[in-house]
Amino acid sequence: MHLYNLTLQPPTAITHAIVGNFSGARHQEIIVSRGTRLDLLRVDMQTGKLSTVVSTDAFGTIRSLAGFRLTGGTKDHAILGSDSGRIVILDYDVKTTSFVKIHEETYGKSGARRVVPGQYLATDPKGRSVMISAVEKAKLVYILNRDAAANLTISSPLEAHKNQAIIHHIVGLDVGFENPTFAALEVDYSEADQDPTGEAFNGAEKKLTYYELDLGLNHVVRKWSEPTDIRANLLVQVPGGQLATAEGTRFDGPSGVLVCCEDHIIYRHPEKPQHRVPIPRRDHPLVDPDRGLIIVSAVMHKMKGQFFFLLQSEEGDLYKVTIEHVDEDVERIKIKYFDTVPVATSLCILKSGFLFVASEFGNHYLYQFTKLGDDDDEKEFSSSSYPGRGMAEPFLPLPKALFKPRDLENLTLVDEMASLDPVLDSRVLNLLPNSDSPQIFAVCGRGARSTFRVLRHGLETQEVVSSDLPGIPNAVWTTKLKEDDPFDSYIILSFVNGTLVLSIGETIEEVQDTGFLSSAPTIAVQQIGSDALLQVHPHGIRHVSTNRKVNEWRVPQGKTIVAATTNKRQVVVALSSAELVYFELDLEGQLNEYQDRKAMGSTVLALSIGEVPEGHQRTPFLAVGCEDQTVRIISLDPETTLEPISMQALTSPPSAICIADMLDAGINKTHPTMFVNIGLQNGILLRTVLDPVNGQLTDTRTRFLGTRPIRLIRVTVQKNPAILALSSRPWLNYTHQNRLHFTPLILDGLDYAWGFSAELCPEGLIGIAGSTLRIFQIPNLGTKLKQDSIPLSYTPRKMITHPGNNYFYVIESDHRVWGDDAAEKKLAELRRGQRTNQSTPELPPEVFGRPKAPAGTWGSCIRIIDPVQSATVGLIKLDNNEAAFSIAVVPFSAKGSEPHLVVGTGQDTFLSPRSCTSGFLRTYTFTNGGTGLELLHKTETDDVPLAVMAFQGRLVAGVGKALRIYDMGKKKLLRKVENKTFTGAIVSLDTQGSRIIVGDMQESVHYAVYKAPENRLLVFADDTQPRWTTATAMLDYNTVAAADRFGNVFVNRLDAKVSDQVDDDPTGAGILHEKGVLMGAPHKTVLLAHFHVGDLVTSLHKVSLVAGGRDVLIYTGLHGTIGILVPFVSKDDVDFISTLEQHMRTQGLSIVGRDHLSWRGYYVPVKAVVDGDLCEAFAQLPAHKQSSIAEELDRSVGDVLKKLDQLRTTASGF
Amino acid sequence: MVRKARISSELRYTANTQLEALHARYTGTGHADITKYEWLTHQHRDTLASIVGHSTLNSYLAIADGEAIGRVKFEICERMLQPCGPPPQKDE
Repeated sequence: MHLYNLTLQPPTAITHAIVGNFSGARHQEIIVSRGTRLDLLRVDMQTGKLSTVVSTDAFGTIRSLAGFRLTGGTKDHAILGSDSGRIVILDYDVKTTSFVKIHEETYGKSGARRVVPGQYLATDPKGRSVMISAVEKAKLVYILNRDAAANLTISSPLEAHKNQAIIHHIVGLDVGFENPTFAALEVDYSEADQDPTGEAFNGAEKKLTYYELDLGLNHVVRKWSEPTDIRANLLVQVPGGQLATAEGTRFDGPSGVLVCCEDHIIYRHPEKPQHRVPIPRRDHPLVDPDRGLIIVSAVMHKMKGQFFFLLQSEEGDLYKVTIEHVDEDVERIKIKYFDTVPVATSLCILKSGFLFVASEFGNHYLYQFTKLGDDDDEKEFSSSSYPGRGMAEPFLPLPKALFKPRDLENLTLVDEMASLDPVLDSRVLNLLPNSDSPQIFAVCGRGARSTFRVLRHGLETQEVVSSDLPGIPNAVWTTKLKEDDPFDSYIILSFVNGTLVLSIGETIEEVQDTGFLSSAPTIAVQQIGSDALLQVHPHGIRHVSTNRKVNEWRVPQGKTIVAATTNKRQVVVALSSAELVYFELDLEGQLNEYQDRKAMGSTVLALSIGEVPEGHQRTPFLAVGCEDQTVRIISLDPETTLEPISMQALTSPPSAICIADMLDAGINKTHPTMFVNIGLQNGILLRTVLDPVNGQLTDTRTRFLGTRPIRLIRVTVQKNPAILALSSRPWLNYTHQNRLHFTPLILDGLDYAWGFSAELCPEGLIGIAGSTLRIFQIPNLGTKLKQDSIPLSYTPRKMITHPGNNYFYVIESDHRVWGDDAAEKKLAELRRGQRTNQSTPELPPEVFGRPKAPAGTWGSCIRIIDPVQSATVGLIKLDNNEAAFSIAVVPFSAKGSEPHLVVGTGQDTFLSPRSCTSGFLRTYTFTNGGTGLELLHKTETDDVPLAVMAFQGRLVAGVGKALRIYDMGKKKLLRKVENKTFTGAIVSLDTQGSRIIVGDMQESVHYAVYKAPENRLLVFADDTQPRWTTATAMLDYNTVAAADRFGNVFVNRLDAKVSDQVDDDPTGAGILHEKGVLMGAPHKTVLLAHFHVGDLVTSLHKVSLVAGGRDVLIYTGLHGTIGILVPFVSKDDVDFISTLEQHMRTQGLSIVGRDHLSWRGYYVPVKAVVDGDLCEAFAQLPAHKQSSIAEELDRSVGDVLKKLDQLRTTASGF
Repeated sequence: MVRKARISSELRYTANTQLEALHARYTGTGHADITKYEWLTHQHRDTLASIVGHSTLNSYLAIADGEAIGRVKFEICERMLQPCGPPPQKDE
């Protein structure tokens, strides 16, 4: 077995975000790290929309990200800390719209290790140096400078190590132009490690240490080190340095750092008094007063000599912190509640007044500041109102500060960036009506912001207008009146027996005196020359000039026009007598017929010419599709007019042809390529490249679009030419980020369509479907999956489908929250106590989250979702602090195979160490056609059932370490047989026949068999490696694909002989008495394939993604990745693609400088899997590299690209 | 025989200095006389550092525990101070 890995949807989580002028232009951009990718985002100042400009696969883990600007520079650069053991400085190149590595300096081993730097990055605000640090001990300082040619230079590293010290955070201090200084938060563990009494541990100090880089002596000194609060977790830079102004020097700020600790914030700077303020807490009765509150993200913003901080607590509340200072002396620091937004991994403030919130889970948001919370009545807490500036008793907490959370007051939401992160479970099914390819159903998100999402392959369309027409038109066009009109003026509809012209204005209404023939159907419409219109109808061509003067060319008697193609200067029509007539516009704006007519010898079905290239008189090629299943290229050059050039044979008669010049960087980086798209009557689209020099057709690619004959229409999308292909569903072929994409539109089948441009809808499309006229837009180009979501209440854990209906059953449970009922009860209790008359503020949990509860408290429910109606149809809340962990639909044979829903729950569950007061198997019957559930009984278990599954009319459950089979009983489920040989906890179950595949939390995948005659449940094979299993899927009876917690996907296979031997043993006595191997089962599985995905895989399914296609293995990752593993069909493919991969590996494409082979073999060497993402990067390579690789492979560049494209389309359709 | 012994002692000598350099450079490298507690503490610290370094694992733990990622990272770093409790009493 050999697999090909392809990412269909890259991770959507954001782990770091920085803002800066990376392009060097006036506007700011945001660079976000998505864990294993780096994206550059831009905010449109007018609309406030976020768009992705560049997206690059890092082929490594990005662990830290920082931006800096050299003194006096105009452009920001990004620095990456990763697991490659290298520091990388990136430049964003506007010309090629890509990230360019300026420096890549190796300093240590690869991998996210304890003492190898990469975890933290801090830059000097003046861009003179950078510190990169590990979690323990190691800190390296690099000096950044310019050489004589103004190139950025980087020095060799200077060490600032501190042995046996855990580093919590580092930050660059703002010291103006004095020596660059960095602050670090460190804990020394050397004494605690030596002291058995534990006193040293209790007395351990967290120290705030300043490291100064002496630029003159070129070394780093530990300048200052003082203990600070032991629960400090984050440092924030405070502006400093002097600024020369007209009135003398002025201090930008006091310099120093804000030390964010649990429950309070301290201002620190050597030889300066400390200031301390509390972090205000929510004034809510359910808030646990003993629980600390920490700051998880922070941002400082400077503007016109002022500055402020926005700090975000782990609940999502933003606080505005300001520092009042006189020169270098801090008078007081003040903190107040600002607003509440989702908890972020990074906050970015843009100079244009936007706040980008990179949420740790779920969608990311862009807010606009409406005010800065300056003069509201929110209570402000100042360090000067506490004794000793809050530091009178530094070890005691400050009096509690409270605020009332409220709706957004200072921010308004302007844009939202969809993110699947985290995907916790998924199913791939075709449930939606009118769809020929399956949808992905995923449960995503965390807490009250969780969602159930339906993902459909295709571009989202936004309907602007939909209106009914009197009849059923067969074609539609729009046209401008003059060449330089900004918008279209007419909509022309062609019916069987007539033509209708509508004018576009305030309203759309019919117009009469247009010069168009209304009594016949129309074949083509074109705005021709500078200000004339052209209508082609079966009996002639009408050339309508501005003053409504009509010149008509009539078809000779007994013939009609069957096909026509036009552009701004040329017209070609095909007559029913299989003749071609060619017209060209002369300089006076007259349409002249070419003296000869070309006889084709076979009925012409389709014609196409491209647009006139800029600065040219005409396009030199005409494509003609004939009934004899050929497409011929005919010259329109004045020297060789209407002479045939080349021909291509087809498998079916063509139904449409479209020539378009489109940019595809894979073929030509700078110039558009002339593509001839040929749609066949059997629904297949051929795409060929027309050589502009000799007119030959090369590089044919085929694609099945649907069941109806294809229609092709040239349109404009985002100012670039695109092709709309209509079959049983519409597709769009367009250029995005310099690459050609071919994506279906999420829209019911269209009969005909055309571009549409009006003031309100400048980049729309107009289409007809039956007798409806539709105008629509495509808002998000480049996103290949359309998402529709349904909100959930708690973190979804698992979901399941019912064999008899189309509903999804989702279990949701959240740790450390009060369930709705428990919260009510608790509130009632509190009201009865001393806090009687306090009214509880209504805080919608999807905005504010639920109040945190102590560990072991759970909120949970079972939800029934109708994916077609996109609604929740049923909801069962779990009480008694029970939380659901597993779900299965079981047709119990004891009940006549009636399906029952079994939910495995745990009561008072603790995670570490894993424990619960009791586990339960809740058995429900379905009511109301599946929209309701009725509890039949609850079966107590000794541990939490983390996996349940139907098995031969009974239930098999993994209850902690025990695998059990239960049968239906009157009062509860009855335990039939048990196997307790597992070491960890059972987390997944799969079955075929009497075989059960058991995924153990820590010990990989086990093969078990149930021997009914003796009622034995036996484990007969397991894996040789320990694996922290997260998902499993059976590929066949002997083979299982599984994923582990560290981002690996692997395939294990059992030897067929062993399999037969086990199946042939009727009682299982043989297995029972066989000797175990390596302290495990008697047989071992063989590792067939292994691959490091880079994202934690949460679900695996073996499905087919295209109608009639082969099965692929699809996986979803926690950070929102969706990818597939495609089995290769031939050995030739394997050889070819693996060799290509080898060549690609040597290109050093990783922007973090990680070696590709070691990245894909992070924990276990990569085996029998080719990285398609790397191979597809072939299209982005410079032309000379492409050709040298292709030469090594004995192929042409086109062949390589075609093979890659074919692998992608046949497997995924994406 | 004498000659051979000297060579091996030289070897041992150079090997030792390399080992010392290795220990100084890579905290967590084991040696022949490592105690169970030391080994375990190293293992835990290595593991915790690796978890903090992989964002997917941070998210995974945060989802399971119902805490913010920032809190999870903080608590893990805190745990690195003494992941396996105080060292055992030395019995001399």
